[in-house]
Amino acid sequence: MTIITRRSFVKSAAAVSAAPLLGRSAFADEPLKVGFIYLGPIGDFGWTWAHEKGRKAMVDALGGKVAADYVENVAEDASATPVLRDLAQQGHKLIFTTSFGYMDQTIQVASEFPNVMFEHATGYKHAKNVGTYNNRFHQGRSVQGTIAGMMSKSGVLGYVGSFKVPEVVMGVNSFALSAQAQNPKATVKLVMIDSWFDPAKESAAAETLANLGCDFIASHTDSPAVLQLCEKRKLFGFGQGADMSRFAPHAHLTAIEDIWGPYYTSRAKAMLDGSWQSDDAWWGMKEGSVVMSPYNKSVPDNVRAAADKVIAGWKDGSYDVFTGPISDQSGTEKVKKGERIADKDLAVIDWYVKGVQS
Amino acid sequence: MNFDFVAAIVTIVGVTTPILLAATGELIVEKSGVLNLGVEGMMLLGAIAGFAATFIASDPQYSDSAPWLGALAPWLGVVVAACAGALGALLFGFMVLTLGANQVATGLALVIFGGGVSSLIGAGFIGMAVTPFDQIFPDNLAQDPVLKLVFGYSPLVYFAFIMVGVVYWFLNKTRAGLVLRAVGENDLSAHSIGYSVIGVRYGAIAFGGAMAGIAGSYFSEVITPLWAEQMTAGRGWIALALVVFSGWRAGRLLAGAYFFGLFMTLELYAKASGFSFLPSQFWAAMPYVMAIVVLAVMSARESGRAEAPACLGKNFTPDA
Repeated sequence: MTIITRRSFVKSAAAVSAAPLLGRSAFADEPLKVGFIYLGPIGDFGWTWAHEKGRKAMVDALGGKVAADYVENVAEDASATPVLRDLAQQGHKLIFTTSFGYMDQTIQVASEFPNVMFEHATGYKHAKNVGTYNNRFHQGRSVQGTIAGMMSKSGVLGYVGSFKVPEVVMGVNSFALSAQAQNPKATVKLVMIDSWFDPAKESAAAETLANLGCDFIASHTDSPAVLQLCEKRKLFGFGQGADMSRFAPHAHLTAIEDIWGPYYTSRAKAMLDGSWQSDDAWWGMKEGSVVMSPYNKSVPDNVRAAADKVIAGWKDGSYDVFTGPISDQSGTEKVKKGERIADKDLAVIDWYVKGVQS
Repeated sequence: MNFDFVAAIVTIVGVTTPILLAATGELIVEKSGVLNLGVEGMMLLGAIAGFAATFIASDPQYSDSAPWLGALAPWLGVVVAACAGALGALLFGFMVLTLGANQVATGLALVIFGGGVSSLIGAGFIGMAVTPFDQIFPDNLAQDPVLKLVFGYSPLVYFAFIMVGVVYWFLNKTRAGLVLRAVGENDLSAHSIGYSVIGVRYGAIAFGGAMAGIAGSYFSEVITPLWAEQMTAGRGWIALALVVFSGWRAGRLLAGAYFFGLFMTLELYAKASGFSFLPSQFWAAMPYVMAIVVLAVMSARESGRAEAPACLGKNFTPDA
């Protein structure tokens, strides 16, 4: 007699649903098989959606030379490990793991498959066959912070975050520092919702921040929920990952767009010509990986000019939001005047700057 | 800090309503002796169906010729959401009541089915938005800093309160409610005195599905008037837990749902106000810790035992 427990049922159901994605076999011409694991559903219109756009751009750019599969809704826990193993066993030679929480699972599976190359997004652990890649989203955050610092009447800014991981902390700090550059009294109220995708909680968090007097609410979660709340409460916000202006025509001032296609294409090309090496790629506005959406027509000219100056500064290297003096929340100086935070320190940053309430 | 008490309550009501709607439906299902774990799947079916119906009905090409359609669109969405949820539930009912499939396994299959079907239908609606279905009272009532406590909500919020009352009245004061409870407590006896156990259970399952569907439409029409895959983010499971937590009683269900909403909102306020003397994980764990405490206290009491319907989760198999 077979006893169906919930766990075994869910496991087998997950295996069945993943099978069609993995079962594709490649006989003719043996195109390079590239695998992706995604945190959310491809229809989240946020983080995963942007990676899926990047995957498609890579396939379009390289035609029949690559075959790319993906597995969506992979949790950031031990369950990612068998998914990665399956992808490797199915003959995928290059595997992109597209969220921070896959770090240890990626390293583990990579050690079992030395001939498969892995690329882990937003992480900091490397191996011979594990590279990392990231976008400098914090560059976009400094554009948002500049706008919020200049336009906010209360000087109290809200920020809905997901988890306290370096990528999010960098964004919060960049937003706060650039807002304070415009309005030294600006403070940032930060709420971490302990999830990347939970529209109801994102919305409730934004509502709470609005109730506490925030007139600008930035977000680092994966749905347009915060923007829609801003629209309803006649506040301002920013899109995350994509131009979300159609969800909030008045509230949406600009958005950080993640453009992963060029990077994925370049790495697949490197695999094809044999030049792939473990790397620590960190592209940004200069490489076209971080792009700001058009400003809302309600953004005044002087604010546009200031925001454009920040973008131009990032592109030519004359501007870095993480230039000292920078103090942490307790007021202790962390970066001396004129110094910049090095990339290796930025990649593991775990402290908030002064003026961030968390 | 300018603390706005009324605004905080509005937030609590917002996070509680979908859980309350789904749990009220599931209460009736479980009272009839059926355990439908597929609430999350039915909510997703309701979310996409409600959004799609609202979006299509508010399309200018129709509302130009029939202006009333645009105004009715969100209501239509809720009705379609209820139908979609009920349809998913009836599929479950057919499997477990007519074919005698295992209720736990079929319920879990319904979760996966609902998630898959909603993603499939929803693929064409990604990136679309509709007008939020929030207030029905005029601005001078709904936007008033104090009166919004009573008037500032979506019609679905009032509907949820009404349905808790209706379900309480139905279960405790009506003959039909007595029959439903009898079917859930002792299906063979109910059968032997001539009640249709299967028929009653079909009705209960359809009602539960309709309520879950409406709960789903609260996500896609009220909280975030858009469609995103898996947008209910596990609220169906909380609704299921809430039914157990309430001891299968409508009054406690209402209290339990608001208890959950209160603690979730407290967590957000604590974080936003910078109460960093307690780690944020503490606040995130609070609703669950309190749930365990209440369950422990309840089960320690003599009357707390044997509250579950006796036939819960068992398929009805008469001898003849």
